[in-house]
Amino acid sequence: MSDTEHRDTIVRYTPRVRTNHWLLALAFVLAALSGLALFHPALFWLSGLFGGGPWTRILHPFIGVFMALVFVFLAATVWDDNRLQAADWQWLRQWRDVVNNREERLPEVGRYNAGQKLLFFVIVLCLTGLVLSGIVIWRAYFSLYFSIGVIRLAALVHAVCAFVLVCSILVHIYAAIWVQGSVHAMVRGTVTSGWAWKHHRAWFRQIIHAAHPRTGPD
Amino acid sequence: MALQSLDIARRSATTTPEPQVRQSYTGTVAKLIDTSKCIGCKACQVACMEWNDLRDDIGTNVGSYDNPPDLTDRSWTVMRFTEYENPKGDLEWLIRKDGCMHCADPGCLKACPSPGAIVQYANGIVDFHEENCIGCGYCVTGCPFDVPRISKRDKKAYKCTLCSDRVAVGLEPACIKACPTGALVFGTKEDMQQHAAERVADLKSRGFEQAGLYDPSGVGGTHVMYVLHHADRPQLYAGLAADPHISTFVRLWKGKTKPLALVVMGLTALAGFFHFVRVGPNEVDERDEAAARQALESAQPRRPPPGAGAAERRP
Repeated sequence: MSDTEHRDTIVRYTPRVRTNHWLLALAFVLAALSGLALFHPALFWLSGLFGGGPWTRILHPFIGVFMALVFVFLAATVWDDNRLQAADWQWLRQWRDVVNNREERLPEVGRYNAGQKLLFFVIVLCLTGLVLSGIVIWRAYFSLYFSIGVIRLAALVHAVCAFVLVCSILVHIYAAIWVQGSVHAMVRGTVTSGWAWKHHRAWFRQIIHAAHPRTGPD
Repeated sequence: MALQSLDIARRSATTTPEPQVRQSYTGTVAKLIDTSKCIGCKACQVACMEWNDLRDDIGTNVGSYDNPPDLTDRSWTVMRFTEYENPKGDLEWLIRKDGCMHCADPGCLKACPSPGAIVQYANGIVDFHEENCIGCGYCVTGCPFDVPRISKRDKKAYKCTLCSDRVAVGLEPACIKACPTGALVFGTKEDMQQHAAERVADLKSRGFEQAGLYDPSGVGGTHVMYVLHHADRPQLYAGLAADPHISTFVRLWKGKTKPLALVVMGLTALAGFFHFVRVGPNEVDERDEAAARQALESAQPRRPPPGAGAAERRP
């Protein structure tokens, strides 16, 4: 762990953002497991984790609503830093350099790289789709307000959005393991200067060029 | 209604073959509803209530003979009355006994995510096993005939069982037993088709040239069939579906896409693992730390010596 040698650390995620992120992660895991239980018979056994089929059916939508609410707060915090810029398209075009750890060839990255930004907007789209379609197929309270055609479409949209979201989050989780120091950043809040220099140099420069040693916007 | 005396041919949310050694060699069963003989007495509704121990709430008059006005969790069959003025200007009172059609290809069973909550017996009856029902309502989404109803009391799905408990012991369904005009008949599907053919010939001889049997192929045929005077226009009978089939949305939702999606999710996780094995982690090394230190120092020439903690950024 290089950060034990180098005391130069930079705060990347404040306690508030970390709390927000991990609440979201917890909600996602619970929503995904309970949702996958109903997604395909091969995974119905997951309903046992929630107290059986009926409890899975009862809990899943509430977990989903909680996840969406938690995400709204996180999204409001990180929205500005996730705007796609010209350099991001260049970064995406060089995806081969990205996956092969040839980071020195890439354009300098701000607080978030283009992959993180894309993930952010995929989550925005999927969660919006999941919430809207989820309300329509929430049989206990809302399905009675919708026609059968809308309900059928919503069931399909819900499954498609869930599939895309699960795949995206799998990539997100792996990326955090792959880019060492990321998990530490989200658990403890800090990164080393070297980490910021290597992975988010434009963000690093922005911080050190600030008149006083304070972090950028969170 | 779980009954082990009937062999199960198909079971919801089950991906392995059902026991198939015992087959229905004498053919499947069917209920034939002859709308041309029905007088709308609702004896079948009463028989259904009695046999199945169902008592629906007392409702209100909605301006027609339909009572209750719709299928409910406790009204598994309902007479639907339509006043149709034919091209000659005569009134025809079309009465249809509505309820589960017991499709050969049931949309409810296809949509159900709970193993064994919906079964199809070897004799063709589609039955809900409420003890396995989780109350999600996917059966409602899948049904092409708008039949299943979720109970407000227990959040479980209910519908006509075709008296699977009676049929299992060699009795005809309760509604059949109660019908005073012979509009309801029960037997093997083959016998019912033959009987229907005679009825259709009779109706045609009486001027109903479009008379016919309603056994829609879109759902693989049904184990509840209608003889209709106007088989060319089933919609006349309180909106009976002209071409019922499992919706394309439901097929996409519950078809091959789901196992495919599972495989893709698994491959995504695997791709990560093998990326780690082949390419390895993206790590920060001493050169990066040195470069960062240099950048820091050049930006802050009057920076206090390291160890004073001044470089540590605080939120």
